[in-house]
Amino acid sequence: MAPLVDVRDLSFRYGHKQNWVLRSLNLSIERGSAVGVVGESGSGKSTLVRLLCGLLPVGSGSVTYDGRAVTDWLSKDPRQFRLHNQMVFQSPAASLDPRMRIRRSVAEPVRALERRKIGDDELESWLSMVGLGPEALNRYPHQFSGGQLQRVAIARALSVSPTVLYADEPTSALDVSVQAQVLNLLMDLRARLGLTLVIVSHDLAVVSRMCEHILVMRNGEIVESGPTVDVLHSPSSAYTNALTKAASAVSLRPGNVTSAG
Amino acid sequence: MSSRWPTQLVVGTVLIGLFVGIGLMSLVWTPHDAEALNVAARLAPPGTEGHLLGTDRLGRDVTTQIMVGARNSLVVAVVSTAAALVPGVFLGLVTAGSKRASREVLSRATDVALALPGILVALVLATAMGASNTTTMVAITAWFIPVMARVVIGPARQIMAREFVEAARASGRGKWYILIRHVLPNIGPVVIVQTSLLFASAILIEAALSYLGVGAQRPTTSWGMLFNESQAVVGEAPTLVLIPGVVMVLAVLGFNLLGDGLRAALDPRQTTKAVV
Repeated sequence: MAPLVDVRDLSFRYGHKQNWVLRSLNLSIERGSAVGVVGESGSGKSTLVRLLCGLLPVGSGSVTYDGRAVTDWLSKDPRQFRLHNQMVFQSPAASLDPRMRIRRSVAEPVRALERRKIGDDELESWLSMVGLGPEALNRYPHQFSGGQLQRVAIARALSVSPTVLYADEPTSALDVSVQAQVLNLLMDLRARLGLTLVIVSHDLAVVSRMCEHILVMRNGEIVESGPTVDVLHSPSSAYTNALTKAASAVSLRPGNVTSAG
Repeated sequence: MSSRWPTQLVVGTVLIGLFVGIGLMSLVWTPHDAEALNVAARLAPPGTEGHLLGTDRLGRDVTTQIMVGARNSLVVAVVSTAAALVPGVFLGLVTAGSKRASREVLSRATDVALALPGILVALVLATAMGASNTTTMVAITAWFIPVMARVVIGPARQIMAREFVEAARASGRGKWYILIRHVLPNIGPVVIVQTSLLFASAILIEAALSYLGVGAQRPTTSWGMLFNESQAVVGEAPTLVLIPGVVMVLAVLGFNLLGDGLRAALDPRQTTKAVV
């Protein structure tokens, strides 16, 4: 079966005179899978997911979604493409308009992409799916904690029942205890809704817990990719090896273990 | 709204209330006829019976002149600022939302327009159109459009770079929707504050132009005109310059305080309590 998302020879830079952020990437994502993209800051992870979900223009190389080039989707059928590809951003506080009530923010994808009004019942059901009560609808973003806002952002992304959910460091701006809650929520929603999940993180522990496949990026290149178990237990690149050791050193040292509840 | 209004908002509203109040009152009542000359009572000092603020060199009642002048300032400030507001904000938003090349062209064009000395442009306009309130309003509007655009461009670009704008794009919103529904409300406080500052500037510019003789002409009365007419007798009657000066400062202060107060009052972070 053809992969849902297929990337061939993808390179990207933010301007003609800028350095390449991504260099000749090749990858494919199967329908229903969970893929983790790990790497240090500046490795190109966030740029990659923005290209995959159509927020940056594909310049060199090709990205296809469901067998059709993303550039073609965006020029001819942008609404259909965005209905299938939604994203959760890194900073929940920054990804919700501070002057818009939650009702409007969550309703935005449905109103713009499905071109229909969304009733309170439907909005409340999405909020309840992410563990928030109906009273959230009339509030502004600053009236919530970071974890709650990320739940709102997840509800907004899911409200159009996307096929793929991209999550760009969805927990890095949150407290450790809240990180676990949001990750559990994403895992639960993935199972319930049959989502294809692409999670970007600099935290190997996060993606190894959630994803069956891992891509390790460094300096705009994929240095390693494959099933999570293989990448963790027999890394083929020195960088992945170092990353794995660093992650296990932190998580195994008793003094650094934090209760995540 | 919060239970307490910010102090600036209260003081600003009171000052503007007085300014607007005396301007509107002059439509139905003034102590004397604005144009009635009484040479016998010329240069009466403030407190003279029947002339609370005294009379000018032709015996016209100063209280009446101030009231009618307030109306003139109000009309000029409201019309010219309102006329500049929509095109100025629109130009700023379009510039902020444009691609790099067109943004550069629009930004530089705005800079060039700002570099033109407004008073000189107004003087040239007065030569072409004749001295009048209309000339003043056209000159102020033309002056304020690039000012407003320039003020909007920076904050609008900052908002365009925020993640919630990217989220709106991911949600399927187009450029125009994002500019109007996401960017504009977020720069609202900037526009409101700038509008109140422009109101204050408009009052001062109107006074300057009528002082120079290219603005309002008799029988219309303007505060700047009162300065012009009093300068010959300033040694004998300094209050003739002082009174319109103080009134103008209070009106300008009122709009500045109102802007600051509104900025604080309109911020949802100030008006709704955090729940968590």
